[in-house]
Amino acid sequence: MPKDEYTSRDFKVVGTRPIRPDGIEKVTGKARYGADISAPGMLWGAILRSPHAHARIKGIDTSKARAMKGVKAVITRADFTHQPEDSGMADILDNCMAGDKARYDGHAVAAVAATSKSIARAALAAIEVDYEVLPHVTDVDEAMKTGAPVVEPGRQQESVPEGYCENVTGRSQYGHGDPESGFEQADLIVERSFKTAATHQGYIEPHACLATLDSDGQGDLWVCTQGHYMVRNVCAGVLGLDAGQLRVTASEIGGGFGGKTHVWMEPTALMLARKSGKPVKLVLSRDEVFRATGPTASSSVDVKIGMTSEGKITGATATYRLQAGAYPGGIAFLSAMCGFAPYDLENVRTEGFEVMTNRPKAAAYRAPGAPMGAYPVESVIDELCQKLDLDPLETRLKNAAREGTRSSYGPTYPAIGLEATLEAAKSHPHWSAPLGENQGRGVACGFWFNFGGDTCVSLMVNPDGTVSLSEGNPDIGGSRASMTMMAAEELGVPLDQVRTIIADTASLGQNEVTDGSRVTFAVGLATIKAARHAIEIMKERAAMTWGIDPEAVDWRDGAAHPAGPNAGKFPPMTIKEIAAIASNTGGPIAGHHEVNAEGAGVSFATHMVDTEVDPETGAVKVLRYTVFQDAGKAVHPDYVEGQFQGGAAQGIGWAINEEYIYGDDGRLQNAGFLDYRIPVASDLPMIEPVILEIPNPGHPYGVRGVGETSIVPPLAAIANSVSRAAGVRLTSLPMSPPRVLAALKAQ
Amino acid sequence: MSRIHVTTTINGDETEYLCEAGETLLDVLRDHLDMTGSKEGCGTGDCGACSVVVDGRLVCSCLMLAAEAEGRAVDTIEGMAQGNQLHPLQQKFLEHAALQCGICTPGILVAAKNLLERNPNPSEEEVRYWLAGNLCRCTGYDKIIRAVMDTAADLRGAA
Ligand code: FES
Ligand code: FES
Repeated sequence: MPKDEYTSRDFKVVGTRPIRPDGIEKVTGKARYGADISAPGMLWGAILRSPHAHARIKGIDTSKARAMKGVKAVITRADFTHQPEDSGMADILDNCMAGDKARYDGHAVAAVAATSKSIARAALAAIEVDYEVLPHVTDVDEAMKTGAPVVEPGRQQESVPEGYCENVTGRSQYGHGDPESGFEQADLIVERSFKTAATHQGYIEPHACLATLDSDGQGDLWVCTQGHYMVRNVCAGVLGLDAGQLRVTASEIGGGFGGKTHVWMEPTALMLARKSGKPVKLVLSRDEVFRATGPTASSSVDVKIGMTSEGKITGATATYRLQAGAYPGGIAFLSAMCGFAPYDLENVRTEGFEVMTNRPKAAAYRAPGAPMGAYPVESVIDELCQKLDLDPLETRLKNAAREGTRSSYGPTYPAIGLEATLEAAKSHPHWSAPLGENQGRGVACGFWFNFGGDTCVSLMVNPDGTVSLSEGNPDIGGSRASMTMMAAEELGVPLDQVRTIIADTASLGQNEVTDGSRVTFAVGLATIKAARHAIEIMKERAAMTWGIDPEAVDWRDGAAHPAGPNAGKFPPMTIKEIAAIASNTGGPIAGHHEVNAEGAGVSFATHMVDTEVDPETGAVKVLRYTVFQDAGKAVHPDYVEGQFQGGAAQGIGWAINEEYIYGDDGRLQNAGFLDYRIPVASDLPMIEPVILEIPNPGHPYGVRGVGETSIVPPLAAIANSVSRAAGVRLTSLPMSPPRVLAALKAQ
Repeated sequence: MSRIHVTTTINGDETEYLCEAGETLLDVLRDHLDMTGSKEGCGTGDCGACSVVVDGRLVCSCLMLAAEAEGRAVDTIEGMAQGNQLHPLQQKFLEHAALQCGICTPGILVAAKNLLERNPNPSEEEVRYWLAGNLCRCTGYDKIIRAVMDTAADLRGAA
C-alpha cells in the first residue's frame, strides 16, 4: 500500500527552471555517448545477421574469416558454452546469438572482432552460413490461425484455452460486472475491429558498447542503456559470470523510450573481448537497429461499447491480440489493463493474447501496450458521441474514474487527475476555436500505471560543504537536473552546491532500469530521503558541538538552528561549518537511502488535436495540438513539458506515418529513416503543454512520473480528429495517405 | 591497405590524417581525430546528427568521403564555442531546454547556425523546413524551434 508521504510545502527550488547541470557538455559535443569512447588496443566488432525470416542453421563455416589478417576473433553460438537455466535468460541469449535456427530477418548468427571497421565488415562477408529456409509468419492474425508456421513449439502457457495455435503463448483477462447485461441497458452499441502497425522507438543513437573481459572473469562494460544494473545482471546470467566481477558504466544515452531496457548485443561484445583478449567496441548500424532491436508490437483489437443516449457507458469489452515477435512474452496484458482504465465502469471485461511471430522480439516502447489499449476504446467512444450527438469531453467526464473508483484492471484509485485534465481541456481556448473545411478536432484520454522499484541513492557532504549525489539511473532527459533540485530543496542549499553523477554498478547498490516513468518519482524520493538522512547526522553534529540534545536542533535554509528558546542561544551552523569540523565530530558525513519505492501514483492525460485531411491525396496535416496531463508536482517544468511534447510527437508519427513493412519473403522492407519516416520539424506544429498538479500521496513533494502517459492518447486523438475531418471512421494505423484515400473513396 | 593522405582545415586548425578510400569524413572525425561531437544516427544522410559545414555549406559528414576534405575548411560542433564563450545558439538551447537526450543537439546547432548566417530573420516555417533534415525523437521540436527563433531575434537586436 502506498504510504502517505506527501506534505504540502512552499518550494524554493522545485518548480523553477534552472539550466540543466549537464547542459554545457551536451551543447558543445563533449558529452560522451555509447559510441564516443575508445580504449587502447581496441578492436571493432561486427555482427552477421540472417537474411531469412525463419531458417534452420545447418552449419557455419568461419574458417575464411578467421584466416584474414587483422581478424582477432570470430564467434558463433557454439562459443557461448554456458547454457542459462532460466528460460527468460536462455531466450535473451538465443536472441543475441541464434542457436539452431534464425527466427527473424536480422537475427544475429555470428560476430567478429578485427583491427578496423572495414576488416570486420570484410570478415562478415567471408563467413558462410548454410541455411534451410523454413515457412514463416509475420502477421499477428495469421500467426493465430491453426496450421500457421510455429515459431517455437512448447511455449504455450496454461492460461491459453485449448484449441489455440501454439504461437499463442499467453492469455490474460481483466474486468468486473457483467458486460452482457450492461449491453442490454444501452441505447446504442458500437462494435469495431482495429489494427495498429509495429513501430520503432526510433532513438537517434544506435546501440553501442565497449567491452573488456579477461580470463579471470573480470570485465568492464561501457554501454548506452536505460539500465546498467539490468545489463550487468543479464550479461552475467547469459555468460555465467559473477555479477560482482562485471562493472557496467552507463554512457550518456541518446534516447531509449523503452528500447534500451533490453540486452541486444552486449553479451556478444563481451564474448568477443574474452576470445580476443582485447577491448571490443560494438556499434549497431541503423539498419541493425530496425531489423534486430525490438519495435513495439503490432496489434489487432475488437472493441464493443454500449452507451445510453445521455452518454453513460453501460457495458464494455475488448480483445487484444499483440505480437510478441520471435520469443514468448508480450504486452497484450498491459493493453488489456490500460484500455478502459480512465473510466468508472460497472460492467467491463478485457482479454489479451500474446502471439509469437517471425519478427524481432518486441520491446517496451513508452507506456508499453497502453497506446494500442487506448486507441480502439477511445475511437469507439468518439463514434458513440458522434452518433448520439454528445460532447466528447462531457461524455468522458460523465464516465471518468476518480478517487475511489474501482479500476477496470482491479485496484481502487487514490486521488487522481483525470477529471482535472478534462476540465482544463473544456475551458481551454483550443476547444472553442473555429475549424475550417476538411478539418476535424479529436480528443482522447490516456492512462499509465507509473512505477517505482528498486532504488539506491548516496549523498556525500564534502569537507567544504558541497554535496555530491550519486544515483544509478542514466539521465535520459534531464533527471540530473531534477535530482540536483530535489537535493538542494531538501538541504536548503543553492543548486550549484550540489553535483549529481550517475554511478557505475560497482559504486552504488542495485537500481531498477530507467522505465515506467519511475526516475523522478523513485530516485527523487530516495534523494530526498538520503538528504534527510544526512540532515539528521548534521543535526547530531551541531547538537554535539553545542552540547544539547539532537532533538533540540532544527534544520532550515542549509543550517542547523537551536529548535527554540529552551534549546539554548547559539548562532546557526551552516552545512559548510558542520562539514569543516566533521572529522572532529565523528567523521565524514553522508546520507543514503535504499528502497523498493511504492506509491508511484497513476497518471492520466487528455489530448486535443486539430487535423486537416487533403481530399485529393489523403495526406493528414496536424494543425494544432494541446496536451493536458497531471504531473503531481512538476520538479523542472521545462522537462515535464518536454515529455508531454515528445510523447505527443511520437504518437503523431505512430498515428500518421510510422510502420514496419514486411514483404512476402518475411523481410523488413523499410529498415532506415528514409522509408520509416518519423516526424520531422516541418511535419509538426508547436505542441502546447498544460501541466496539472494533483499531488501524488506517495511522494514527499507529490511528484508523479510524466514520461510515458503522453504517448497514450495521441493515436486515438488523431484518429478521432481525422475521422471527423474525413467524415469516415478510420480503424487502422498508420493513417498514411493511401489508407485515408481508400477510406474516403469507400464512403 | 594503402591509405590516402589528406591535409585539411578543421575549426580553423590545419589538420592532417590518413584515411582509407572508403572512409567517410564522419569516420575520420570520430575514429581518427577523436572529435566525437558529430554523431552517427544513420550513416545514410537521413538524420542530420553528423552535420558539419564544409566551405560554408551544410553537409552530412556521413555522406562525404574523408578524402574529399582535402584542401577544404570543415567546421564542426567542437569549433562552435569560442573557448568558454558559448555561441548564442548554444546558450539559448540551454535556456529553452531544447534538448532532452542531446544526441541530435550538435547536428541541430551546426545546421541552425548555418541557417542564421544565411537568413538572420527566418520565419517559423523556414526554420522548420531548414531543420527538416535533422531528426529529434525526444522533443517534438517545439523548444528547438523556439530557441532558434529567439536566438535570431537576439542576434538581430544586437546587430
Ligand atoms: S549520420 Fe549522417 S545523416 Fe544520419
Ligand atoms: S534531444 Fe534526443 S533526439 Fe533530440
